[in-house]
Amino acid sequence: MPLLEVKNMTHYFGGLRAVHNYNLAIEPGQIRALIGPNGAGKTTVFNLLTGIYTPTQGSIRLLDEEISGLMPHQIAARGLGRTFQNLCLWRHMTVLEHVKMARYSRISYGLTGAFFGGAKRRGQEAEIEERAYSLLELLGIRHLADQVVVNLPYGAQRRVEIARAISLEPKILFLDEPTAGMNPEELSKTMDIIRKIHGELGFAIYLIEHRLKVVMELCEKIQTLVFGEVIAEGTPEEIRENPKVIEAYLGKEVIH
Amino acid sequence: MTFFLQNLVNALQWGSFYALIALGYSMVYGVLMLFNFAHGDIFMVGAYIGFGVATGIAALASLGMIALPGWITLVLTIIISMILTSFVGILVERIGYRPLREAPRASAAITGLMIGIILETGNLALLGARRISFPPMIESVTYNLGGVFVTNKKIMIVAVSISLMIALSQFIKKTKWGMAMRAMAYDYAVIPLMGVPLNTIAALTFALGSALAAAAGILFGVAYPVLDPYMGIVFGWKAFVAAILGGRGSILGATLAGFLLGFIEIFVAMIFPSTLRDLIAYSIILMILVFRPHGFFGEPYSAKLRL
Repeated sequence: MPLLEVKNMTHYFGGLRAVHNYNLAIEPGQIRALIGPNGAGKTTVFNLLTGIYTPTQGSIRLLDEEISGLMPHQIAARGLGRTFQNLCLWRHMTVLEHVKMARYSRISYGLTGAFFGGAKRRGQEAEIEERAYSLLELLGIRHLADQVVVNLPYGAQRRVEIARAISLEPKILFLDEPTAGMNPEELSKTMDIIRKIHGELGFAIYLIEHRLKVVMELCEKIQTLVFGEVIAEGTPEEIRENPKVIEAYLGKEVIH
Repeated sequence: MTFFLQNLVNALQWGSFYALIALGYSMVYGVLMLFNFAHGDIFMVGAYIGFGVATGIAALASLGMIALPGWITLVLTIIISMILTSFVGILVERIGYRPLREAPRASAAITGLMIGIILETGNLALLGARRISFPPMIESVTYNLGGVFVTNKKIMIVAVSISLMIALSQFIKKTKWGMAMRAMAYDYAVIPLMGVPLNTIAALTFALGSALAAAAGILFGVAYPVLDPYMGIVFGWKAFVAAILGGRGSILGATLAGFLLGFIEIFVAMIFPSTLRDLIAYSIILMILVFRPHGFFGEPYSAKLRL
């Protein structure tokens, strides 16, 4: 049984059909990618899966439980963590606070505990902090724990986003263009990090990416989305050879 | 010197009311980017709920069902009224603001004005136009500290206000809800994607602000025991001034600015005829704002909840 199964998902913005008949099956531990030209609807697919939009039609099942129609925070708490194309960090909060915040749904102390600082709260806070530090260690940004994110370089901010998404304990991690705007050095570091977190934590990863190099090296399976429809799905080799994909990326060959 | 100290004591008490109300404005603005113009009227509602609770406890006492010393009655009144008023705040958010969360900010702002008018006139319809007097729960005792007269009520008002402010800042600094409130101030769209229920945090923000306004209302009733349905309007405006002067979303800023307003008003009245008090006081504050347009702790072009 796949971890996440999407069947015939279609979404309209008013009269505009943004996503059409989208199907997906993510297996546990799999790394896969969604590629496609600008405006193809890739981020819309992510927004549909993580509950920002509710699909007009179709079903989304996580571990055989329907999640479409749930509130985004409920979907996140069930195990879908994500990062964003343009960084969405809380600018003046520290790196540590970002990672702790994503633990919200796992914290069970109540309002009285919050006001009177019981043993349960102290215990949970200590545990969260310890976990947060070990995650930051994993991503190589532990030394930045007490910095506010607005002061960090771009590459580090990207890592904070990843750390925050992992902190949620996702079953599937959604990465929306994790290497956007990076130079070659940052790029190879980011790929190392993706491999490392995947190796150590073992969740499935679904990523949107423009650079085919990243996709070809990391992923087991790739989907190509054009105008909201999947035109090809397969292994990196299959996608590389697929004439439809080549056409979508390079345009049709016109012979004069 | 004693004259100065005497006014300082008065200013501390007066500033407490502004600061407590300003905190509610500032939190809602910082977290939700929203001017809750009904907040002054929440202060009024809090005072009336306090009146109701205190009267209720007194009635029970006169029936001989309970016998409580005055100060326990007062503490109970404050706690119960804060809880009840926080539900009024949650209701205001649920009915007035949540449906308009994606609406233009101006629509949300007039919602506040309308809710304010509804609360005022609703109260008028319910209790009539007469002013009511707040039940005296504690005997006034005056201490003479080297020529400066301090009443037990003043000490109590300032102490309760400051403890509430400290409790609030600890809540925002230390708990998961406080952290969510701060995060929401920076980027609220991401909040739910990190597993945090947006609506709960919005409601909590209103609840906390309203509870503080209720405390201000009761403390005001203890110091100046006459309530009328329109008492919240001018207080609301002035506390709003304090919230903005403190810097958007800044807890410390709103507190300090609230006290500063109290100080300026009292000290202007000490020097000039009291009819000129607000004219001069608010001219001074206008000047401060000209030189610090983002307030004391405000940052240009960003609104957030800070400590």
